[in-house]
Amino acid sequence: MHPVLKLVVQRIALGLVLLLIISVVIFLGVEALPGDTAQAILGQSATPQALENLRAEMGLDQPALTRYFHWLGGILTGDLGTALTNKADIAKSIGSKLGNTLFLAGSAAVIAVPLAILLGTIAARYAGRWPDKLISAITLTTISLPEFVAAYFVIFFLTQVFPIFQPVSLVLPGMGFWEKLHAIALPVIVLVMVVLAHMMRMTRAAILNVMQSAYIETAELKGLTPMQVVWRHAFPNAIAPVVSVVMLNLAYLVVGVVVVEVVFSYNALGKYLVDHVTKRDLPVVQAVGLIFAAVYIFLNMAADIIGILSNPRLRHPK
Amino acid sequence: MADDTLLAMKGLVIEATSYPPGEPPKNVTLVHGVDLTLKRGKVLGLIGESGAGKSTIGLSAMSFGRGGVRLTGGTIHLNGREIRLADAKALRSLRGREVTYVSQSAIASFNPAKQIMEQVIETSLSHGLMQKPEAEARARALFRKLGLPNPDTIGSRYPHQVSGGQLQRCMTAMALCPKPDLVIFDEPTTALDVTTQIDVLAAIKEAIRDTQVAALYITHDLAVVAQVADEIMVLRHGRMVELGETGQIITAPREDYTKALVSVRGIEHQEKPPSAPILQVQNVTARYRGTNFDVLKNISVELPPGQTLAVVGESGSGKSTLARAITGLLPPTSGRMVFNGRTLSPNLAGRTKDDLREIQMIYQMADTAMNPRQTVGTIIGRPLEFYFGLKGAERDRRVQDLLDHIEMGKGFADRYPAELSGGQKQRVCIARALAANPKLIICDEVTSALDPLVADGILKLLLNLQAEANVAYLFITHDLATVRAISDKIAVMFKGAVVRYGQKSDVLEPPFDDYTDLLLSSVPEMEVGWLEKVIAHRKMESAGN
Repeated sequence: MHPVLKLVVQRIALGLVLLLIISVVIFLGVEALPGDTAQAILGQSATPQALENLRAEMGLDQPALTRYFHWLGGILTGDLGTALTNKADIAKSIGSKLGNTLFLAGSAAVIAVPLAILLGTIAARYAGRWPDKLISAITLTTISLPEFVAAYFVIFFLTQVFPIFQPVSLVLPGMGFWEKLHAIALPVIVLVMVVLAHMMRMTRAAILNVMQSAYIETAELKGLTPMQVVWRHAFPNAIAPVVSVVMLNLAYLVVGVVVVEVVFSYNALGKYLVDHVTKRDLPVVQAVGLIFAAVYIFLNMAADIIGILSNPRLRHPK
Repeated sequence: MADDTLLAMKGLVIEATSYPPGEPPKNVTLVHGVDLTLKRGKVLGLIGESGAGKSTIGLSAMSFGRGGVRLTGGTIHLNGREIRLADAKALRSLRGREVTYVSQSAIASFNPAKQIMEQVIETSLSHGLMQKPEAEARARALFRKLGLPNPDTIGSRYPHQVSGGQLQRCMTAMALCPKPDLVIFDEPTTALDVTTQIDVLAAIKEAIRDTQVAALYITHDLAVVAQVADEIMVLRHGRMVELGETGQIITAPREDYTKALVSVRGIEHQEKPPSAPILQVQNVTARYRGTNFDVLKNISVELPPGQTLAVVGESGSGKSTLARAITGLLPPTSGRMVFNGRTLSPNLAGRTKDDLREIQMIYQMADTAMNPRQTVGTIIGRPLEFYFGLKGAERDRRVQDLLDHIEMGKGFADRYPAELSGGQKQRVCIARALAANPKLIICDEVTSALDPLVADGILKLLLNLQAEANVAYLFITHDLATVRAISDKIAVMFKGAVVRYGQKSDVLEPPFDDYTDLLLSSVPEMEVGWLEKVIAHRKMESAGN
């Protein structure tokens, strides 16, 4: 087997094992909470008889191991259980919200990643000079603002001062692609502001690190322009560290943007999770937790694999 | 004829800013008004020790200053144009087109993420000199001329897929591809093994002759530059010492400094007679964990007290691995080691404190072998404290005593490694080894990173200390001149095995085995025409076989 293929398969297998371990941790975490689902449904004043009946009905009287495998088996067949609060099928409710989450995260990423890499490259090219300082100052300012503050700034400027967008990101089924995009423009702007600096700084640092190499001097002595040197010779060797930070930020865009969702009343996974945490709807919390963990693991695994593929020593062994 | 002049430097001054520890930055002058003229198609050798300014002058032919180096005075005319003050655009158009550069380490100078061909033809395309098919054809022709294996396909490989010697030739091809007027060779064979160096040197020389390109050939090795240069300029501390025809410089040098460079390696060491060994390595075989081949194959050598066993071989021959086995860092898979009458435990954890104390090591890179945040006194005092429990004034006295032994006077104990020269750093490492009062010191390429004259001083010091303290040396080196200068016994290693072993006089005396013959005949000699003679001799031999 080609060594790269072997490494990639290894990473994927490790990711799956990790996901399994996390499913155990999530299950145990919810187990450890005082009270159980039956208690949560019937409330503090329920009679012991009523609790027992409900437990038997829901299978809660089974040992934990049985319930874990039952839960896991359900997930593997696409059955995430039913929500306690509204008896809705969790898989169905998550489906549309996950779509909204990915749409928002994807739109922000499509703008933020290329922009961060471009700005990072420019900053590295002019390291220590004014373009570098300007780029760093602006991106560090935007990352330093709490998301909700940034959100209100954006709302104020782009709905009040210049009324271009709606302050509420209402996405409804049946809206066209551009219509949807227009609706989520404000949260996208806020998210880009939040994730830009981290990726930009990493791109800058990784390229500057590579710029110390002897082969960069070779490129300079070939009479290439500084931008050619950076793009052709430095950037290809800086991919792995940049990708790992990009993936961390993408993961954040999927799982960590609940504040932005709430500010813009955007109906997505984060808001769904928080709503159900407050209602102690444990099956939903479990399901969403597992999805978030899967996203994190998948993206970091992708970063690892891209890092492996970008290494010519691994791609082309002796 | 003035038309012949390709490169003319007049009164060149080069400065840089240095940042000494604990002091404000200061300006240092690296080159003090050097004049240099190079005619078309000629090769000028620039020779000197590190810090002589030879690379700095070489790069100034492209009007390039490495790091913070600035070309502050004088004129540099290339093809009749002044280039010292030329703007960035003008410099870009001459770099990689009129002047190209071959560095010491092709491995570091090739971009690891790109195929060799792409890098070799890059300048020809970016300067608009050729179309891609034409450039690739020229590159392949150069690969062939430089004697690279599979010249038609080697371009599609990545730098890590070819050997160091091959990559050095690829870099020469990269420099010659855009048909430059001038190539700067900056120690192009210094990092190579001696048997590889000779092939690369021959290839470079032939390529220079066939393409009629002019060259600045920078090296610290006079014997190497004598093979390729028409003229040699000797530099020291950024000033010219002497300039002359190659033959005149090596046979009849005028200046004292040049004479010292020519006669370096003049140490004569009388071989001591065989006697009962203090170290016996018996049938040692070893391999690294997770690998399936032996890096040491059935090694048996002996070393008497107060004598020197030189272990010679090329990189990868297992010399340093042998040292790791003796020190216990790499436990052998079979065989045993006897030291001073007792069997050594194969691994480090099983060794007694005396075992550890009596076997000390000195490394090639004195820089990385010392903690940069400790003073010389702390560094040398540490083994005194650890092995003998010396403290306070007693320890300080002993440290000063050791400093006197390594011929470094008062005041050094409070300095940091960064404030010492390369030779001084290596002396401190020697003092640290001596502090343990060892019976055996393993010296791993201890002079390889030093300039010839400084290395000479270190060798003399080691010999004096041996006479005084009766300490044995296991001296690992790839340099045969060093071997001659210091050894009593020699073991020649090749691919993990000892191929020749015995008293110095026997090992260096014919008849030789094939490998030792190759090794010995590859060492450049200070003689014009030596290279051609050896190559012709080898061709004849291979034709005879």
